[in-house]
Amino acid sequence: MSRNLTLGIALTSVFVLAAFVSFVFTPYNIEQLDIPAKLQPPSAQHWFGTDHFGRDILSMIMVGARTSIAVALLAVGIGMGLGIPLGLGAAALRGGWLDEVIMRGNDLVFAFPSLVIAILITAVFGAGAVNAIIAIGVFNIPVFARLTRGAALGLWSRDFVLAARVAGKSRARISLEHILPNIANLMIVQGTIQFSLGILAEAGLSYVGLGAQPPIPSWGRMLADAQTLVSIAPHLALFPGMAIILTVLGLNLMGDGLRDWLDPRLRILRT
Amino acid sequence: MRFTPILAALALSASAAAAQDAITVAIQLEPPNLDPTAGAAGAIDSVLYSNVYEGLTRFASDGSIIPGLAREWEISEDGLTYTFHLHEGVTFHDGSAMDAEDVKFSLDRARAEDSTNAQKGLFAPIESVEVVDPLTVKVTLSAPTGNFLFNMAWGDAVIVAPESADNLANMPVGTGAFKFDNWVQGDRIELSRNPEYWGEPAKLARATFKFIADPTAAFAAVMAEDVDAFVGFPAPENLPQFEADPRFQVLVGNTEGETILAMNNKLPPFDNVKVREAVAHAIDRQAIIDGAMFGVGTPIGTHFAPHNPAYVDLTDLSQFDPELSKKLLAEAGFADGFETTLKLPPPSYARRGGEIIASQLRAVGIDAKIENQEWAQWLENTFKGKDFGLTIVSHTEPMDIGIYANPDYYFQYGKPEFVALMDKLNATTDPEARTALLQDAQRMIAEDYVNAYLFELAIPTIAKTDLKGLWLDQPTQAVDLTGVSWGQ
Repeated sequence: MSRNLTLGIALTSVFVLAAFVSFVFTPYNIEQLDIPAKLQPPSAQHWFGTDHFGRDILSMIMVGARTSIAVALLAVGIGMGLGIPLGLGAAALRGGWLDEVIMRGNDLVFAFPSLVIAILITAVFGAGAVNAIIAIGVFNIPVFARLTRGAALGLWSRDFVLAARVAGKSRARISLEHILPNIANLMIVQGTIQFSLGILAEAGLSYVGLGAQPPIPSWGRMLADAQTLVSIAPHLALFPGMAIILTVLGLNLMGDGLRDWLDPRLRILRT
Repeated sequence: MRFTPILAALALSASAAAAQDAITVAIQLEPPNLDPTAGAAGAIDSVLYSNVYEGLTRFASDGSIIPGLAREWEISEDGLTYTFHLHEGVTFHDGSAMDAEDVKFSLDRARAEDSTNAQKGLFAPIESVEVVDPLTVKVTLSAPTGNFLFNMAWGDAVIVAPESADNLANMPVGTGAFKFDNWVQGDRIELSRNPEYWGEPAKLARATFKFIADPTAAFAAVMAEDVDAFVGFPAPENLPQFEADPRFQVLVGNTEGETILAMNNKLPPFDNVKVREAVAHAIDRQAIIDGAMFGVGTPIGTHFAPHNPAYVDLTDLSQFDPELSKKLLAEAGFADGFETTLKLPPPSYARRGGEIIASQLRAVGIDAKIENQEWAQWLENTFKGKDFGLTIVSHTEPMDIGIYANPDYYFQYGKPEFVALMDKLNATTDPEARTALLQDAQRMIAEDYVNAYLFELAIPTIAKTDLKGLWLDQPTQAVDLTGVSWGQ
């Protein structure tokens, strides 16, 4: 494993771990506001200080990790769950009208600036975590559909696929049994990258008030709340900001590292 | 904070070069149009009240009613006839003369059947308006109305001319000490001194209103001295920084803004008074004032301004007592609590206050789902559509306890006993009797727990140290610049 991959996995697991631990333990109960203890700088009691309602920022970040990860993961899930079958289908029926419909549909979605449309979706259907997931997820579909089709097209002309066709396997079976396993690595790598973009998108939506609604903590909203207070309590923006940066950095390093590690051609070079 | 002296030095040289007869004032909200006789938005009055438009009477900063276009008036024995004597030589900004005909036109227009005036109730007692001579106008009321002179001071009751009345939304023409110059939508409105003004001319030659809604941008604009004053500064957390800065003065004034947690009185379970009482007891006002307003604000126990002499302190009726709250919920059949919505408009008193209130309600078992709304959405869906369980808003109109008599008003109270009380109040002119009735009204809504009463909104104004004459208190939403000047 490369240094990048190790560092990426380490960073990512810190936040994933924090998210899981937050289900059973946080240093303080974040549903309990403690106004007299507001805006405390970092200290032994509150490692990351307290926010404008006296909530412990470390606890908020732990629970916020849950929101970020859940939203991004489900959004990527939507993208993969719909995008990969669409891409496989388009490749299997390459040149056909269905291929055309699927790919032009993709172009259509791609043509819109994703965050703007995400804002539109949440503004029309109401702000909230579920709508944020859908909004971010929709834009993951064409990413996976296109990638899948491109990779699958190359495989369809390979000898082992031809052999399968000669053996009488249907296009659907070939797609599932031969194409999919061969593009899985690629999808995992892309999934990691999309996951990091999902976290950024969730933070962005929450920042403008369209993501998870209070009292569910979210890193983006913590930043928005810190905005007017940053001159008197910089730690309010520092810690959620760092959380976003480090998670996204970790995921990107991990994606890069995974690509190098999983790529069969590079693997041959290594061994 | 090491960089402050450099900034201050830069700013000092910049302001020294600027002429000292102009002012740039920032407020948070931009008016949707410029016609106070047709629009409800308070921002219209913020810019234009007293500066551009004037009424027969007007508010002074302390809330008292002083003569405006009417220099004096007589009230008949029975309280039914008001004879107003107008100032001589008053002209509108388009050059036409202001006389009794214009007064009759303005009042008749406002109370007409098809009137679009947002406060038609102010004119309801008027039975007829009669022009006696060009400088005298006689208003006859259908019943004695103790509030009439107060009503005539509102921004909705300003005097306009028939020639210009139809186009006021874009081209305001009034009689005030400032003329409207220019409106760059989304950015600023410019006024200039009216050289023909009938009264004492304004000391400032030019005034620019800027609209800065975002608290962070507001902070930056004041710190960088892009604006000379910010009336209604939106981020109370920054006040200590301005107080510590010798370049600025911080004025924290009273407003007429009763900030309430409104309950939908017709929507179950809030149709049950026990549930409303439980909500009231679940709320810790001081925590909200400290947490949402950084300590700026006075707790209230009813819908009335605490600086008003008729105010009764009823905060004891709704003391913070979560145990009592839980008991009341159990008695009402909600031992396990219930779910409702909490719709929040943009101001920080609502957004931050809402998070605190949701947490306090959760502690007694009420799960209030927060939904943040923009103003347009809030007005449409919550205020007009009445699609809410709970919402937080500040009622900034002066002496507006009468809204409780309207059963269609968004929180839908309108109890017949209260309506009768208001009718009696309107028919009473004796000040002491009025005070007693007002106090009864305050008690009635507090004892019915119509809404949970949180605090009286304070209005922080940040201004350059040598700026003089700004209003401290806000008896009505206004930024009256007629008395403002740069001191030495």
